[in-house]
Amino acid sequence: MRPVIPYVTAALLFGLGVYGVLRRRNAVLVLMSVELMLNAVNLILVTADTTARAVLPHSGQVFALFVIVLAAAEIGVGLAIVLQLYRLRATVAVDDVPLTESPDPVGGREPAVGDSEAVR
Amino acid sequence: MTGADVLLVALGAVAVGAGVLVVTTKHLVRAGLYLVVCLGALAGDFLVLSAELVAWVQVLIYVGAVVVLLLFAVMLTRAPIGASDDLDRPGWPAALIGGGAGLGLTALLVDAYRWSTVTLPHAGTAERLGEQIFQSWVLPFEVLSVLLLAALVGAIVLSRPDIGRAAPQRDGRAADLVDSEPGGRR
Repeated sequence: MRPVIPYVTAALLFGLGVYGVLRRRNAVLVLMSVELMLNAVNLILVTADTTARAVLPHSGQVFALFVIVLAAAEIGVGLAIVLQLYRLRATVAVDDVPLTESPDPVGGREPAVGDSEAVR
Repeated sequence: MTGADVLLVALGAVAVGAGVLVVTTKHLVRAGLYLVVCLGALAGDFLVLSAELVAWVQVLIYVGAVVVLLLFAVMLTRAPIGASDDLDRPGWPAALIGGGAGLGLTALLVDAYRWSTVTLPHAGTAERLGEQIFQSWVLPFEVLSVLLLAALVGAIVLSRPDIGRAAPQRDGRAADLVDSEPGGRR
């Protein structure tokens, strides 16, 4: 088995993930590109498990399992953030999100309290 | 070229081709389906590389759970069914950085490994990996379980807007506030 083949596959997939993260505007597509990068890392780890004879056998595969768990946690929290963003702003385009913003925006959290007080 | 090499080349070509489609297609739902193809080809790669358990976990968690979550997110954000033209930013910096990272890593790894061959180790079955995890990697395993719990609680807190808001109210108005909230917000 020639390890250069999966290594090159992983390197190309990582490059594609970086390209997707920088290119895409839709936050869900950005998350998909992040998944591509994480999978490239998994492939590197599994391949390194065959090429490098470590003290502990199968360390690379164990690390790949850990990365899969991390990716699952990341996608859960990431999608919660994306859905919350969509609920607040009705858009998921990442470059429509202002990075510097006052802590209580119009239509955000605090005015809801004020409105209900005024009604009462 | 042995049979394993041929399989690795074929599966790698499928994975990279599907990856290209994921980052270039104009259909949101199709991007998710191409991601399934890419992750499935990678699971095949893991099988060829004798990582049995990782391959099946990949199929279960990635193809089964992560992609379904992503497709749910696509639907919940009311994505259009057809092609959408506003998915991309101008692409020059992205192509430069992404291509630079990919080709740079490729050059590095090709230079490091050239055409050396290795024999595949013992298959990473659930039994062998379980021994390793529960003997040598117990502490990271437990830390990961705590992290999963934290991610679960974090996702719940994030997706329930009434949690952070009703707390400061003390004199029994919190419940009314939660009830009147959708009208007040929109």
